[in-house]
Amino acid sequence: MEQILDQLPVVLKSLNIGFLQTLKLFMVTLIGAFPLGLVIAFGAMSRFKPVSIITKLIVWIVRGTPLMIQLLIIYYFPGLVLRNPIWGGGEGGRFLAASVSFILNYACYFSEIYRGGIQGVPVGQREAGLVLGMTKTQIFFRVTLLQMIKRIVPPMSNEIITLVKDTSLARIIALQEIIWAGQAFMKGSQGISGAIWPLFFTAVYYLIFNGILTVLLGQLEKKLDYFK
Amino acid sequence: MPILEVEHIRKYFGHTEVLKDISFSLEKGQVVSIIGSSGSGKTTLLRCLNFLERPDQGIIRVNGEILFDANDPSTQQESEIRRKRLHFGLVFQSFHLFPQYTALGNVMLAKELLAREQPGYDAGKKSIHAKIEGQARELLRQMGLSDRMGNYPHQLSGGQCQRVAIARALALQPDILCFDEPTSALDPELTGEVLKVIKELAEQKTTMVIVTHEMAFARDVADQVIFMDEGHILEQGSPQDVFEHPREERTKQFLSRFKQG
Repeated sequence: MEQILDQLPVVLKSLNIGFLQTLKLFMVTLIGAFPLGLVIAFGAMSRFKPVSIITKLIVWIVRGTPLMIQLLIIYYFPGLVLRNPIWGGGEGGRFLAASVSFILNYACYFSEIYRGGIQGVPVGQREAGLVLGMTKTQIFFRVTLLQMIKRIVPPMSNEIITLVKDTSLARIIALQEIIWAGQAFMKGSQGISGAIWPLFFTAVYYLIFNGILTVLLGQLEKKLDYFK
Repeated sequence: MPILEVEHIRKYFGHTEVLKDISFSLEKGQVVSIIGSSGSGKTTLLRCLNFLERPDQGIIRVNGEILFDANDPSTQQESEIRRKRLHFGLVFQSFHLFPQYTALGNVMLAKELLAREQPGYDAGKKSIHAKIEGQARELLRQMGLSDRMGNYPHQLSGGQCQRVAIARALALQPDILCFDEPTSALDPELTGEVLKVIKELAEQKTTMVIVTHEMAFARDVADQVIFMDEGHILEQGSPQDVFEHPREERTKQFLSRFKQG
């Protein structure tokens, strides 16, 4: 116990740096996947068959295979198979590859949530707007959008919380996120070796961060509770 | 000159002809009730008048102006349709109020969006807004909803929702107000309050096209009754003619079911 207390400052500093990378991947994924998911949702709903078929095929592949495999393929395929290492070396290259994998993966899940949200708004809402002389843009922003957001907040919250934990998968391509930072003390780092507790301790970070997210998302849900 | 003239409207869904050569006209300040069994094309006809469906043949005229002519593509431009829709108001069977707006907000929304497009809106923003709100409040008061203006649709009963929907349609001052079975989604106890409001509108000489299953109401409120069957207008005339002396066997059969009940 005494030993742990001695190691604590060094370990926390390292874990904080790792967690910053975790947060960065989390934020970048959300920023990329929110809009891309909408594009994919519209693609899947397109009346132009080739577009909807190709989009649905991509969604099927991405949702049907493990994110870990996708990470490995996206990171290693260009360099090892095509002999064209597009990601560049080092932590920057790994982060880029991880971001692309996560954005693509999460956009596909988000697209299904969007689709449910869009199709869940009754046609009558659109027709009522049309009959009242509103333009399609006005109907989208003034009538449909908020109802759609209300519908997607609960399933979206679920995905967002899963994403926090999924970022740990980026460890597989040696991205220096918090799990990587914790594991380093097993092999030996900064004079500490053979310590497993830092790895276990990373769970506390996830737990606290997801606690904060749960409260925030719950508040958003409550805010939208004024209408049904 | 009639305010509304519908000439030879035909509408197909795939290969099914749902409206077969529909023609009728309506004078300003008059009410036409359209009755008939489900699937007879009544709702489709209303949707054609409100440009929610496009007839495959026929002409729709309001105040002598051709709003729609199936043979003349220039009458079917998207940009124009929005303006033309405003000649008509439509009250839906299941209200379709906007859930995230209060009763007052529902009545004001469309009018405000239209006002924004007028020149000089920015200069007179405040007074325009106040005027629209005043009108909306007055309409809701007429509908007997003075104490409900700040409520959201889910806090209102079906009858109250439908009266908000009527106020919302009236706010744009349409030439012709259409009702698509306005009481069919309501408890029997709540239909009365909605029918009463529509009757008051008829007394104020509001031009209306009312699709309804409430036979007694259709007879009392209307100047003209249309009986539709399988996409045709089978019978058309004064309420006395259609209800007391129907000519067609099918009309007699249809009405007998209501008379028994």
